[in-house]
Amino acid sequence: MTIEITDKTYNGEFVKKIEEIGGKDFHKCMQCGTCTGSCPMTYRMDISPRKIIHLSKFGLKEKVSGYNTAWICASCHSCEVRCPRSIDIPKIMEAIRQVTLRQNINYIEPSEISEDILHDLPQIALVGCFRKHTS
Amino acid sequence: MSNPNTQNKDEKTASTSSNLIPVFIMGKRYDVPESLTIMKAMEYAGYKYIRGCGCRGGICGACATVYRKPGDYHIRVGLACQTVVEPDMYLTQIPFFPANRAAYDIKPIDKDPEEVFKKYPELFRCLACNACSKVCPMDIQVMDYISAIKQGEFEKATELSFDCIQCGLCASRCMAEMAQYHIAQMVRRITGSKIKPRAKHLNDVVSKIEKGKYDNIFKELKALDVNTLKKLYTEREMEPAATPEDWSPQKKDYL
Amino acid sequence: MDICYYPGCTLKTKAKNLNLSTISSLANLDIEAKELSRWNCCGVVPSLASDDLLRLIAPVRNLARAKEEGYSQILTVCSMCYQTLAMANQIMQEDMEKRDIINNFMEEEGDYSGEVKVVHLLGFLRDEVGWDRLKIAVKIPLVGLKVAPYYGCTLIRPRQVGIEPLESLTLFRDFITAIGGIPVDFPSSTECCSSYQVVSNPEISDEVSSGILKSAEEWGADILISSCPLCEYNLGLRKREKKELPTLYFTQILALSLGLDEGSINLELNSDSAINFFKEKFKDVLC
Repeated sequence: MTIEITDKTYNGEFVKKIEEIGGKDFHKCMQCGTCTGSCPMTYRMDISPRKIIHLSKFGLKEKVSGYNTAWICASCHSCEVRCPRSIDIPKIMEAIRQVTLRQNINYIEPSEISEDILHDLPQIALVGCFRKHTS
Repeated sequence: MSNPNTQNKDEKTASTSSNLIPVFIMGKRYDVPESLTIMKAMEYAGYKYIRGCGCRGGICGACATVYRKPGDYHIRVGLACQTVVEPDMYLTQIPFFPANRAAYDIKPIDKDPEEVFKKYPELFRCLACNACSKVCPMDIQVMDYISAIKQGEFEKATELSFDCIQCGLCASRCMAEMAQYHIAQMVRRITGSKIKPRAKHLNDVVSKIEKGKYDNIFKELKALDVNTLKKLYTEREMEPAATPEDWSPQKKDYL
Repeated sequence: MDICYYPGCTLKTKAKNLNLSTISSLANLDIEAKELSRWNCCGVVPSLASDDLLRLIAPVRNLARAKEEGYSQILTVCSMCYQTLAMANQIMQEDMEKRDIINNFMEEEGDYSGEVKVVHLLGFLRDEVGWDRLKIAVKIPLVGLKVAPYYGCTLIRPRQVGIEPLESLTLFRDFITAIGGIPVDFPSSTECCSSYQVVSNPEISDEVSSGILKSAEEWGADILISSCPLCEYNLGLRKREKKELPTLYFTQILALSLGLDEGSINLELNSDSAINFFKEKFKDVLC
């Protein structure tokens, strides 16, 4: 895909926010793709973990926040343990999620989950989900 | 201390036995007698409570007040009808804080914890920040009862939340945007109606009433005149002050 | 011997079987699991945002209270509680600035700097009980039972809090061998079950979970064991059309092998396939 990187599309604030929340490590990424290879959720992501790190470096906030990648991430840390540069990728994913969540935009609305589903799910699932997907 | 009878009109405007202290109501300073409660102090200052407040006895929860003192960042709370004013209190009354109450019919509900989880999924957003317990004017451990509810321990939650007057301060401070007191009320209702054992003797008495055991005596009493009733009342057999375990009245017909 | 025990919310409701089998198995081994007297939900997932302090409060409160009650270790069996408590513990040990802010904020609890060690039951069994002692305590060795151990994510990742190194996973294997079973090593043993995605994206959960169970089956397993109520829910309790491998908590087969009664093994909350499998295979010994 062609990505336009200009001073109009580069969002320096976004890069700074990711650094604040997720750490500066992601600049070290050499795009080897090991993370994508390790991730069990890749097959359902709009774009792979490797690509989203790359786009984050370029401050492409709308694109990065628009893809479902960070939302499908289950924080399993499979990528982190294999990354040859020891980048804490789960933290980057968390940062991407937090940029949206802190604008008070939830990924899932607790009040919209049906009662049957709420009855069935164990608390551990609900607490974990609300921590990652709601503000 | 002057004799009230010899006081001239000017002196009468200040209370003879208490000093005036400054309080700030919605940012404006008023000097009020130091012995008054917040509620009385606001009325002294000229405010009128025309709706909502209240029982004036510390139980309806309508007069929850938040205040701060200068030089101290802490948020303090108290019930206006119970708390005595202190110098330099910066007061504001909290109107009813919007809090969602789930609609449910208590009869068909089971005593499963899931019944509460279904109605209040926001319960799982609790971060254990303790803002709720800190702001409770009744010193209830709100965070602990929420914890107990999440663990399905309804009886413990009932006990912990028993003193709740539903003032809404906890909901106003909650970061997870829960209405703790509504959740607790649902839990108390379930505990009372589904978990706690029924009082067997209550059922016995109710069935006796329904069978008409007390109809005659009530009919008789209703037909008596005031003086006879007074006599019967004053001459009734009373339980002695230190009642032994095995005491029972002489007339046992209506037991 | 007694140990401070942190069950976690789900073990009190939907995962009572994990709780009961843990407590009764430990009791059988002369260990009293003393539940922490005042605890709250740990939060399930550790907060990964560097600037986030609030979400550390929940796990740290529990650790601070364990310290107040004089414990030096806190035992947990739920994998997610383990990871959350351990990661919060590490931050309190290593990050002075965060530690001070959190201690100041938590006026209600005493100061905490990571004094309590977070221990998972598997490590505890190896270190404090020992596999040899466990072997001796076993009354019903699970002879011939091919058990696929499912580690999932939170027990072993990230590296700094994992219960053992990723490259040499031995705990589950040794555990299964000690109780007489045959451990089945299968490729998806450490693959994520999708955890909380079951709420937001349940189809993905079902796909991933089915894949894991299929992998275990292909490698010859009779059952799959796990240590986490969420893994058990995703893998074992969700209703999917096809017939899949039965799943259990590892403490349940522990309780079975120690010869405990059905009440302690507590199969009622398990899936039908697990219940049927056990009633069939162990009908002579289940009392």
